[in-house]
Amino acid sequence: MAELITLTINNLQVSVPKGTKVLDAARQAGIFIPTFCHDPELTRFGACRMCIVEIPGMRNLPASCVTEATEGMVVHTDSPAVIEARQTILELMLANHPMDCLTCGKNGDCSLQDYAYMYGVKTDFFQGEKHNFPLEDDNPFIVRDMNKCILCGKCVRACAEIQGNNIVEFAYRGFDAKVTPAMDMPLSGSECVFCGNCVAVCPVGALQEKVLRTTVRTWEVKKVKTTCPYCGTGCNFELNVKDNKVVGITSCDGDVNGRALCVKGRFGYGFIHHPERLTSPLIKKDGQLVEASWEEAIDLVAQKLSDAKKQFGPDALAVLSSARCTNEENYLMQKLTRAVFGTNNIDHCARL
Amino acid sequence: MTNSIEEIAKADFILAIGTNTTESHPIISLQVKKARRNGSTLVVADPRRTAIAELADVHMQLKSGSDIALLNGMAHVIISEELWDKDFVANRTEDFEALKDTVARYTPEYAAEITGIPAQTIKEVARGYAQAPSATILYTMGITQHICGTHNVFAVANLAMLCGQIGKPSSGVNPLRGQNNVQGACDMGALPNVYTGYQAVTVEDHRVKFAKAWNVSELPAQPGLTVGDMLEGASNGSVKAMYIMGENPVLSDPDANHVVHALQKLDFLVVQDIFLTETAALADVVLPAASFAEKEGTFSNTERRVQRVRKAIDPVGDSKADWQIICNVATAMNYPMRYASPAEIFDEVASVTPSYAGISYARLDKEGIQWPCPNEEHPGTTYLHKDKFVRGLGKFNPVEYIPPAEQPDREYPLLLSTGRRHFHYHTGTMTQRTGALEVHYGTEYLEINPDDACAINISDGDMVRLTSRRGQVEVKVKLTDVVPQGLVFTSFHFPAVAINKLTNPVRDPISKIPELKVCSVKLEKA
Amino acid sequence: MSYVSLTINGIKITVPKGTTVLDAAGQAGVFIPTFCHDPEIARFGACRMCVVEIPGMRNLPASCVTDATEGMEVNTESPAVVEARKTILELILANHPQDCLTCEKNGDCRLQDYAFRYGVKESGFTGERKEYPLDDSNPYIIRDANKCILCGRCVRTCNAIPERSVIDFGYRGFNTKIVTAMDTPLGESECVYCGRCVTVCPVGALTWKPLAGKGRVWEIDRQEVTCTFCDSGCTFEVLSKNGTNIGVIPKAPGHGRPLCLKGRLGLELKFLDHPPDPQLKKDGAFVGVSWGEALGLEDILSKLDKDK
Repeated sequence: MAELITLTINNLQVSVPKGTKVLDAARQAGIFIPTFCHDPELTRFGACRMCIVEIPGMRNLPASCVTEATEGMVVHTDSPAVIEARQTILELMLANHPMDCLTCGKNGDCSLQDYAYMYGVKTDFFQGEKHNFPLEDDNPFIVRDMNKCILCGKCVRACAEIQGNNIVEFAYRGFDAKVTPAMDMPLSGSECVFCGNCVAVCPVGALQEKVLRTTVRTWEVKKVKTTCPYCGTGCNFELNVKDNKVVGITSCDGDVNGRALCVKGRFGYGFIHHPERLTSPLIKKDGQLVEASWEEAIDLVAQKLSDAKKQFGPDALAVLSSARCTNEENYLMQKLTRAVFGTNNIDHCARL
Repeated sequence: MTNSIEEIAKADFILAIGTNTTESHPIISLQVKKARRNGSTLVVADPRRTAIAELADVHMQLKSGSDIALLNGMAHVIISEELWDKDFVANRTEDFEALKDTVARYTPEYAAEITGIPAQTIKEVARGYAQAPSATILYTMGITQHICGTHNVFAVANLAMLCGQIGKPSSGVNPLRGQNNVQGACDMGALPNVYTGYQAVTVEDHRVKFAKAWNVSELPAQPGLTVGDMLEGASNGSVKAMYIMGENPVLSDPDANHVVHALQKLDFLVVQDIFLTETAALADVVLPAASFAEKEGTFSNTERRVQRVRKAIDPVGDSKADWQIICNVATAMNYPMRYASPAEIFDEVASVTPSYAGISYARLDKEGIQWPCPNEEHPGTTYLHKDKFVRGLGKFNPVEYIPPAEQPDREYPLLLSTGRRHFHYHTGTMTQRTGALEVHYGTEYLEINPDDACAINISDGDMVRLTSRRGQVEVKVKLTDVVPQGLVFTSFHFPAVAINKLTNPVRDPISKIPELKVCSVKLEKA
Repeated sequence: MSYVSLTINGIKITVPKGTTVLDAAGQAGVFIPTFCHDPEIARFGACRMCVVEIPGMRNLPASCVTDATEGMEVNTESPAVVEARKTILELILANHPQDCLTCEKNGDCRLQDYAFRYGVKESGFTGERKEYPLDDSNPYIIRDANKCILCGRCVRTCNAIPERSVIDFGYRGFNTKIVTAMDTPLGESECVYCGRCVTVCPVGALTWKPLAGKGRVWEIDRQEVTCTFCDSGCTFEVLSKNGTNIGVIPKAPGHGRPLCLKGRLGLELKFLDHPPDPQLKKDGAFVGVSWGEALGLEDILSKLDKDK
């Protein structure tokens, strides 16, 4: 067991293992501190300064995400000086942020918006130059709007530390600083594999899922956690549902994958509502498949299979079950094959 | 997998053989990359210089189908240099002498001759694998889709047992499964020789148990037909009727022309799917199924983790969940099959399957559970073979190298290998209809080495006719040194490039897996 | 009753004669956007958002005030209709503060919903903007005339109770606004703060002062309760965030239910852990007072105190 130290946060005594950061100590004690650039899965960055706190004896207001808790430390997370500093940070960000929550796809799921509301920061207090970067939407997966970027660097770290690809990085200096792929190319001109793990960590509207965020507002969707239908890794994600339609997929905390997904998992859901989906049983009549009722189709299947069994014996029947279907369905399929058809002729594409 | 996915990140040494992990299993590759960042050694054995090969410390660019020579060569080095785990071999295994005898012939030099990998590299990799505190082997279809697929797996297992690199965290033999529930379909007994949990149909006790559970007087004792045998049976008239659920053998199985011919000969074919696939188009009856978003259930992933699938929307149109359709068919055949929900079906599975006995929907709602999970208190099993193997002692099955069934010759001078692309999945039934993936990656191409292309005077983007002894397709070429000279590669995701018209249906005699990774072809400008 | 049959976006529907096109569309499951329309109050035909295309008719008629006729063919989302709606939205947005960032109605605003639906990101028009001061002269309702789109629902719902009738349109043209008599702040008017106007406002012009800063629309859970202070049976909603009740607001008035301040405050007292102090108007201005004073029970309370 690591050595414990005790500190006081907002008059609350908190004991944490030595080495714990003030931010984590506060969160353990149930005290909220706002953050933009911090993410428990990524290296600490200390860039956004939103998590500053007041610690008597310390010079300035330290960023709690990178300040280690020490024995006897006294911390104020919501003192007037802290609140004023946070308000100023927000005002500075908003001075160069498009005021388009009206139609922004992240409206309702945006840290900048949450904190502006929380600290009563209305609109652009500071006047000055504003970015006017073109919108990057030339790929079918991700829209990048660098005008909305707050340079928290989470996408840079997610790409390097979760995806391990290092596609994007900070470029230029000062006011011109932005996050770009190599040579300031669009993502489509880079080695990006469009996993969207940067999108999953972006706290604002700079990175958005192209279809999801232009189809629904964040507060309209119901989220249903499920398991991916593609490869055998078994990633979990949330289906975003509105009006009985799957409108998108977002990360949740999966057992296997955490928040990480690949391009198929995150963006490959369009087949669910594809117009070519089969919506009615079909029966071949005169060489053409024509629509039929369930009753007619099931009766025909039962009759034909029974006939074949009677005439040629059970082993004249064969069944291909599916590696895409659920356990329950595969179980029933082999039960049907063995108990009803009376044969062990069942297999699936495990070898393909 | 004998281990869990997250254990890969903690392995000191990773041997990835015949797996293009970054493209086929992107999220598992994140663990490999994490291990690399933490200083682990990554060795990739693959005829192609894949994306994961680019990340490797050592890329062993072996000749297609020479895996056994490589693995035996490594075993030879490990034995001759006394690097093997003597305690593990003595206490946990049997038939070591047989292995020793067999691999004696596979000197690094001899292995180098067959594989094309320098002897020095084979020695260094062998030493690295044997001496690592923990070492894991990852493989996929690059190992299994050969006529010697089962023997390839034996060779992998031999190496792991020889070095005691199995039955402990981050050390084991880890096939990465390619489809969401291929593990579950096997676990559930959708195989010709076993019931759920791999309980053999040939054992009378099992038959009696299942007959009682299913309320029938008796169950067939003779193992059934595999996919290939079924198609063969359809072709020769011994199989008269087939019921195909959620599979597309016309595109996925080798020698597609033969598959179509076989299915057309059936008296009756019923196909149950979410789209009118190339296979469904041949059916007498097509039953519309619900997609994964429209039903409750469970999938079992490659690390044996059973996880929940949850219903988010109602079935599209008049489609029904597969489980409901099966129940309706059974009931119409005078075997009343009625379940209120998939949870009820799962409870029945748990009641007849020891490895699933402790799993229930109530537990799965909190988190996925890795089987074996024999009772409700059991937390599940993160890695297998901890203190003993299923059969007791681990048996060395020494195997000899045999070359692929087809070799390049004057008429068909190139070798064709097939596999997957990052942006697509299987026969493309789903990924060709997403409004995104197929927009980004819309046409398939054939990878060819620039030297080979130069020799027959074709250039990048040219349309070529690719022909094997069984069929032909037309496809655009991409000149790339991802493939070595003599090898061409493409995927089976695109109906327009139905590459399985060309592939060789010759099968491994034990597992009946087709040799999709090697067939000889010729190429000419279309 | 006689019926007429018409076709809306290719869907055949039969409705009683006298039904408006808007209501017929609703019965056919076809959505038409509206600002000024409210099924509970008089039809107004002002906002033009509900325009549709009906071949043979001059211009695009407002569906809320157009009767369905036999054989009529209606297209609710034709290119001309969509273009007209976009222009309407652009004109409204040309003079609407872009502050969804912190607006209390963010997430429950028709202007926002329709701007998103029709992809109107910003106004193509530039020009003069209103700069009215915020009216928060009373403890209950904040009026921000800069956000008002002049749909008139507040006016019509207020006038539905004759003895209230506190507000109406004032001034003309660009200067048009909703005013009390003599354009005084609401706090100085005869307003009884029943909140009918707030419940029907489709945008952020009228919001609840006690809820300002308490939570975003999507963070709030709602539980419907019926007021039992009189026999009108008005329905209210108890709002909660993270399991804590944060306020009580009336549901839209309807079926002759008047809504009143007494009912709302009584329910606040019943459901909130920390109900706000009652406010009493003294010398024309509101001041916070004790519950005893508000309810006129000070005399009795002081006697009880003495007996303690």
